[in-house]
Amino acid sequence: MAIEGLKNIILDYVIKEYLEEDSEPINYETPLISGGIVDSFSMVSMKRFLENKYDIQIPDDRATPDAFDSVNKIADLVEEFVAGKK
Amino acid sequence: MAFSDKTRENYQTALAEIQGAGLFKKERFIHSPQDAEIEVEFPAGAGLRKVINMCANNYLGLSSHPEVIKAAHDGLDSRGYGMSSVRFICGTQDIHRELENKVTEFLGTEDTLLFPSCMDANAGFFEAVLTKDDVIISDRLVHASLIDGIRLCSAMHDTYKHLDMAHLEEKLQLHADKRYKLVVTDGVFSMDGDTAKLDEMVALCEKYDAMLLVDDSHASGFIGKTGRGTHEKYGVVGKIDVITTTFGKGLGGASGGCVSGRRELVEMCRQRARPYLFSNTIAPVIISGILKVMDIITRSTERQDKLAKNAAYWRKGLSEAGFILREGDTPIVPVMLFNAKLAQDVSMGLYDEGIYAIGFFFPVVPQGQARIRTQLSAAHEISHLDRALEAFVKVGKKFDILGKTKQEIIAKYGT
Repeated sequence: MAIEGLKNIILDYVIKEYLEEDSEPINYETPLISGGIVDSFSMVSMKRFLENKYDIQIPDDRATPDAFDSVNKIADLVEEFVAGKK
Repeated sequence: MAFSDKTRENYQTALAEIQGAGLFKKERFIHSPQDAEIEVEFPAGAGLRKVINMCANNYLGLSSHPEVIKAAHDGLDSRGYGMSSVRFICGTQDIHRELENKVTEFLGTEDTLLFPSCMDANAGFFEAVLTKDDVIISDRLVHASLIDGIRLCSAMHDTYKHLDMAHLEEKLQLHADKRYKLVVTDGVFSMDGDTAKLDEMVALCEKYDAMLLVDDSHASGFIGKTGRGTHEKYGVVGKIDVITTTFGKGLGGASGGCVSGRRELVEMCRQRARPYLFSNTIAPVIISGILKVMDIITRSTERQDKLAKNAAYWRKGLSEAGFILREGDTPIVPVMLFNAKLAQDVSMGLYDEGIYAIGFFFPVVPQGQARIRTQLSAAHEISHLDRALEAFVKVGKKFDILGKTKQEIIAKYGT
């Protein structure tokens, strides 16, 4: 799976789901949870979105606030589980 | 000694950090009953000062109403002071059930259970009725007590953007596989004074087979034509599955709260909600006062009508003076100042002019959205509001914020 494409999908989702019209722009490295952009409750929808889109299951003990703290980290996590399917 | 010098030092550092961040809360001692005008000692040790209160949740002006005080006195004489028991052992009097029945009728629900506070109602409800097979979908700006209650529950929790019905619908679709879906919102949002679109929410919940919970603490008694609450305003009385609310604001302002709604959900709370099971309920003297409050607000809409007129007058006055307000039609009127220090300085300036109104800033409201939250009461007379408007204008001129845009205020004071 092309990692850049995956990152773009995640970035688009974060922008649409969590940012307001007047929010500062974000990039692949922006801290999402520790930076206060995504609260730990709202992380659930991103996890479910990615699980449905890529037909994977991310166990709760891997879906930690740290693992979801940037687009890069989320992409790494998703890639690992997608690779595990093959 | 368990509380060692090192431990003390650590806590002192933590407190100093709170102070350094400008987030330290101080109480102001009030020496009079709660009312439109109160006598305040501030700072501690200073002489008493009579000020107009613009920040109480005393929406209906019943906190010190003579009939309510008399009813509380009578209740104290006839039912005693304390129950010394939780409800299900020997802590339930006839008047507890009488109040539950009155609230059920007033809110248009099936049954009601009293809690020591609405904070307790919200803390106990979710865990009592939901499990890990379920999902809770809440507005991103719901009250902290709902967040705490949701955290105590094993159900999955997701959120939708504030008042964004399209986003809520997406979430209902995303979680369609869950056993029970519960949508959670405040009726009136306390920091902004805006309201949940309950008619649209009921329609969405019906479409996606979801339950709906509304915390109507800042609405019960005065929102809607006869004060039933936000569900009356939106024409959906009888269609809300659960309403939680408080007796600590419009409904007399003393203390207590309740869960009111579908019979089976209320009964689940009676069986399982921990704040109900492991704490005394509302004291008889307060129940007696609330029963009188319910009588007063159902025999006429005089107080609700006066509150609505006061709110409209106040909003118009501030707006014409050039303040930036949050849009809305409730008795909560936030005056936007954006900068935390400015909000605190304006609050102090108002106090010097005899007006008690508090600044709110991060983390109580989002960063860069500091404000003075003003709240109207049926206890206010137009003369109070005119004096308060005069003070707001004087302080507004001093800080040069009248007629200024958001960008101009931010340019001058920062966010």
